[in-house]
Amino acid sequence: MPDGAPPILDVTGLKTVFTTRSGEVHAVNSVTFDLAPGELLGVVGESGSGKSVTMMSLIGLLPMPPAEIRGGSVMFEGRDILKMNPDELRAIRGSRIGFVFQDPMTSLNPVFSVGFQIMEPLRTHMGLNKREARARAIELLELVGIPDADSRLSNFPHQFSGGMRQRVMIAIALACDPKVLIADEPTTALDVTIQAQILELVRELRQKLGMAIIWITHDLGVIAGIADRVMVMYGGQIVEQAPVRELFACPQHPYTRALLETLPHVTGGRSRRLRTIEGQPPALRDQPSACPFAARCRHVLDICHRKNPHITRLNGSHDVACFWDAAKDGLRDAG
Amino acid sequence: MLDNQAKPLVRVDGLKMYFPIYRGILRRKVGDVKAVDDISFDIFEGETLGLVGESGCGKSSAGRAILRLYDVTAGSIRIDGTEISHLQGDDLRRLRPQMQMIFQDPQASLNPRMTVASIIAEPLDEHQKLSRKARMMRVFELMDAVGLNRDFANRFPHEFSGGQRQRIGIARALALNPKFIVCDEPIAALDVSIQAQVVNLLEDLQEKFGLTYLFISHDLSMVRHLATRVAVMYLGKVVELASREQMYADPRHPYTQALLSAVPEPDPSVENKRERIILQGDVPSPSRPPPGCNFSTRCPQVMDICRREVPDFIQLADGRHVACHLTSQ
Ligand SMILES: Nc1ncnc2c1ncn2[C@@H]1O[C@H](COP(=O)(O)OP(=O)(O)O)[C@@H](O)[C@H]1O
Ligand SMILES: Nc1ncnc2c1ncn2[C@@H]1O[C@H](COP(=O)(O)OP(=O)(O)O)[C@@H](O)[C@H]1O
Ligand SMILES: [Mg+2]
Ligand SMILES: [Mg+2]
Repeated sequence: MPDGAPPILDVTGLKTVFTTRSGEVHAVNSVTFDLAPGELLGVVGESGSGKSVTMMSLIGLLPMPPAEIRGGSVMFEGRDILKMNPDELRAIRGSRIGFVFQDPMTSLNPVFSVGFQIMEPLRTHMGLNKREARARAIELLELVGIPDADSRLSNFPHQFSGGMRQRVMIAIALACDPKVLIADEPTTALDVTIQAQILELVRELRQKLGMAIIWITHDLGVIAGIADRVMVMYGGQIVEQAPVRELFACPQHPYTRALLETLPHVTGGRSRRLRTIEGQPPALRDQPSACPFAARCRHVLDICHRKNPHITRLNGSHDVACFWDAAKDGLRDAG
Repeated sequence: MLDNQAKPLVRVDGLKMYFPIYRGILRRKVGDVKAVDDISFDIFEGETLGLVGESGCGKSSAGRAILRLYDVTAGSIRIDGTEISHLQGDDLRRLRPQMQMIFQDPQASLNPRMTVASIIAEPLDEHQKLSRKARMMRVFELMDAVGLNRDFANRFPHEFSGGQRQRIGIARALALNPKFIVCDEPIAALDVSIQAQVVNLLEDLQEKFGLTYLFISHDLSMVRHLATRVAVMYLGKVVELASREQMYADPRHPYTQALLSAVPEPDPSVENKRERIILQGDVPSPSRPPPGCNFSTRCPQVMDICRREVPDFIQLADGRHVACHLTSQ
């Protein structure tokens, strides 16, 4: 990645809280990260760790109420997205920032043809006329590897297979040439051979188009194969962040370490018994006053029950939020 | 691997499970979904046979047919020597305790209005006449075995996490001391950090009670961890059946090779070097399988014969079975 280039997206101190009948859910707690131009940032974490809510918050896709953004800023092209009015937000979504969600059936409209759904944003955001939009739509479907693009434009979403629908979603997300693509578990619902096709497509598209991508997944294998940098979330916080090789080779946070140890592999050695992470993720009822992983942590220290560790920089590009220091197997020196 | 004395507990031979397709107002039968189309394998006592393949290839249908939750279309199923493929009514009911199932979605398979104790005791109530006290003792024993706190006996399923709900499902499956359990994607709905807990529990229980598992999964890494042998299904057929070591070190069927190469490894240095076989297109519909080999429409090594003739499922010199014209030549 072009080191030192100013980030295209800069998120600081993002806090999102849901108000429910049974109280508050602190889904996103002081999340800070940035995205460099052309970079693929992988976001991993188990379900409920706040991956989706983080991304939906930063582009104003959450229903408010029950959601409320209690703090933070999201700088994109010199402006704070969180301060934009609904019209400005809509103009950015789907043109400057594209999205792909896990289940294409919920985001594709079943009553409109796929062609219409690709051409619509081209006409509203980019002012293309009907003929131009159609030509661009065909180009996009070809780009994402849909055969007979010309004739498939008039098909409806249900006439495509799961993998093909996800390609259509990617085509729509790419329609207006976005600077940032946010993909939320785009291959989770797909079979591995179809997932492999989509991952291959994304590798190709990055080479051709060079946009920055945020790729959310719970699958560390997928991350290992496509990400430049990885952000690990747990209990609504970023607990670790590092370049992909560094993260897999020298994980620092006990959660990341445990997660990597618990995974079985299809190649290499095979352990007789899987390592487990006992217990359950936290309920996020209150603003965190302790480390969210403390109850399940193998290396828990006294302080972990009393204070929530700040995320701190270890070396050039590796951040961790933990009081335990892997190198000395004890309390980290206050840096 | 298994020694020669290992005795098959389950023998499946030429099993077919077709679902009729009806159309029109007269509900005329217009075809069949060939969900399981002539599969054969043995499962040895105390082993775990992994059954893998992509969604829709017929894994669940096979598992349910073997447990006779369906009336099978054709073929033989023997469990501990008894032919069960055509048993009905009481004859089948008498054998039910021996064979149980653990489902993917603990949420959907547990009655939300029943307490944990009554869910676990349901099979006991149905098949055994126990005193109140003996029944409760058995429930507690089962809760201990799967690592559920006895204090939770009177709670309802929604008060539990996904992993705990799966433990409830496992306790219920164990209630009647089964010999054989079909685990149908038992960890697919769970988070990675919880999956290992459930997998270790299944292994412990197998050891303790001498259980035999058919472990259905699309997660090839987890199957490598758990299974002694693995059967790979594609579009209703078993294309390869081999020991775990053979399957993962040296897959023979082009589909097994592609499937394994598509599994992402959580290690960037491995991922960057791996040779990927990217299959083109999608799986054909099981109501209209192609002529010849079912995999011929996507096979990177397809030959003329593959589009005409169905390959036999034959045993190779190394003991494994493969259905492929490349290996049978
Ligand atoms: N509409 C909502 N109302 C209340 N809580 C919500 C809502 N949406 C998400 N949450 C909660 O926010 C937390 C984070 O959720 P999410 O970002 O979807 O997790 P992930 O994408 O990592 O699986 C979870 O605890 C979830 O229950
Ligand atoms: N009860 C049923 N009626 C009709 N078709 C079915 C039924 N159950 C499964 N099928 C079809 O049989 C095929 C195999 O399904 P299934 O056994 O569930 O596959 P898997 O478990 O491998 O995902 C699919 O095409 C599915 O739609
Ligand atoms: Mg999510
Ligand atoms: Mg199934």
